[in-house]
Amino acid sequence: MTDYEAVIGIETHVELMTDSKMFCGCPVKFGEPPNTTTCPVCLGLPGALPVPNSEAIEGILQIGTALGCQVADTSFFHRKNYFYPDLPKNYQISQYDVPICHDGEIQVEVDGEDTKIGITRVHMEEDTGKSIHVGGGGRIHDAEYSLLDFNRSGVPLVEIVTEPDIRSAEQARAYGAELQRIVRTLGVSDARLEEGSMRFDANVSIRPAGAAELGTRAEVKNVNSLRSLQRAVAFEIHRQIELVESGGVVVQETRHWNEDSGKTTSMRSKEESEDYRYFQEPDLVPIEVSAAWRDAVREALPELPAARRARYQGLGVDARVAAVLVGSEDAIGDLFEGAMNAGGDGRLIGNWLSGEAVAWSRAEEVAIGDTPLVPAHLVELAEMVGDSTLSASAAKQVLAGVLAGEGTPGEVAESRDLIQISDSSVIEAEVDAVLAGHADAVASIQAGDNKPFGFLVGQVMRATGGKADPKQVSDLIRAKTGG
Amino acid sequence: MRADASPSPVSIAAMPVEIDIAKVASLARIALSAEELARYGAQLGAILEHAERVQQLPTEGIPPTSHPVPMTNSFRPDKVTESLSPDEALSGAPAAEDGYFKVPPVLGDE
Repeated sequence: MTDYEAVIGIETHVELMTDSKMFCGCPVKFGEPPNTTTCPVCLGLPGALPVPNSEAIEGILQIGTALGCQVADTSFFHRKNYFYPDLPKNYQISQYDVPICHDGEIQVEVDGEDTKIGITRVHMEEDTGKSIHVGGGGRIHDAEYSLLDFNRSGVPLVEIVTEPDIRSAEQARAYGAELQRIVRTLGVSDARLEEGSMRFDANVSIRPAGAAELGTRAEVKNVNSLRSLQRAVAFEIHRQIELVESGGVVVQETRHWNEDSGKTTSMRSKEESEDYRYFQEPDLVPIEVSAAWRDAVREALPELPAARRARYQGLGVDARVAAVLVGSEDAIGDLFEGAMNAGGDGRLIGNWLSGEAVAWSRAEEVAIGDTPLVPAHLVELAEMVGDSTLSASAAKQVLAGVLAGEGTPGEVAESRDLIQISDSSVIEAEVDAVLAGHADAVASIQAGDNKPFGFLVGQVMRATGGKADPKQVSDLIRAKTGG
Repeated sequence: MRADASPSPVSIAAMPVEIDIAKVASLARIALSAEELARYGAQLGAILEHAERVQQLPTEGIPPTSHPVPMTNSFRPDKVTESLSPDEALSGAPAAEDGYFKVPPVLGDE
């Protein structure tokens, strides 16, 4: 059997959260009753003229700059002509041969391996309306009629297109996740996949490993989460390999991802290639971005996820932990930032947040942001470990107590009776008692077999209710047994 | 392109430019009879031929011009203005239902 290599490119649409739409003053709002945020411009009524929203241009420049793109000195709007009921003008205002940003990259890491994903272009366009297909079980082919809501029509939309640099479903997901983090860090969009403010289309093809030519690609649509992006791409790679192995040929088509069946299915394949008859939008003048404007955007960029992860690693945080701190709920990152600003121990606090706190949050189904945990608690907890008031394992129990609303770390440690025994004579007495009760184990150690050593430590920890310092216990047992 | 940009009828006879007028009509969703296809085909051919003649003009030293007015960055501030009421928005619609525009079934993909 031939070895195959997958070649994947991703097109992402991001809705910008400006106050008003791209080319008119209608509000950008979600969940409003149908057709309540429309006007002649976004309904495509004759004679209505578009005027670009300056904030949206700022937004796309931020995205392009964050992706390391070149910004075009002069770029243009074009009309992309096609007929579909959700597109009232019968053309979408988009960009064609000169997008506002081009040639950037995103670095993603999968299983410790870094890959650069090239960004071909980032261009500005407008969103379409939304259709609801009525009758025939809501399926487009069987519908009796369709209903149109143009509230979304004209919402600023940024399209981000990658080079075909992605080689696996895992990389596809890592790319999507990093792009989402970048967009959210910039604050230009909430980038919610399930609500459609960020949408992925994946172009997937396969070729014999090492081949230079690209295979025929299928475009996978309707991917509504990062998980389904990974699943859909994995399915499509598998489908194409099986097809080719059984003597079939991949056809260029659009395929629809079905979350429930876990499969992609062919939508009507295109009989002829799309002919959008792009031409320059005569109602809009060129966009010119000066060097001063470019510099101002670059200087105003917030710290991006990659830089933030690197900074956390500089604080002693493990790479994996840094990825969790930057990649999960905002609350986790905010807690960590707050604790670092208050001088907390980065390694300890990072581990607690990414480990115990996340696990607790999942088990209890409570978002960390909704718990009483504040940065000062984490700093206090780290100090209690640092001065041996708490053992490492007791600290984790205290953290759970704080998350559950039992009080400050000091209060929880008291109420759960977890403070380490500081009186060494008490521990020594416990050690002596355990050794006296396990003479055979002591004899083995003295004879050179160290196996029972851990068992003895465990017995003392148990006898002290976990409140002895395990290191101190080990030292004492070693001294007394010669182990 | 302005409608009066078409050339004198002189060139119609010599039609060097081939265009698939039926395809152009179908892309624009315009139904044309055989007679109309022939007539508009000839006229479009003439327009293209004129454009070809314009392309032969000496343009060395003339910067490319995309827009007739020397203007860039005509933006508006991100300010919300009043939208139409749903009744106004739907007033020109041939059919509506529950505040939505109602259209015949959509066949085919996006």
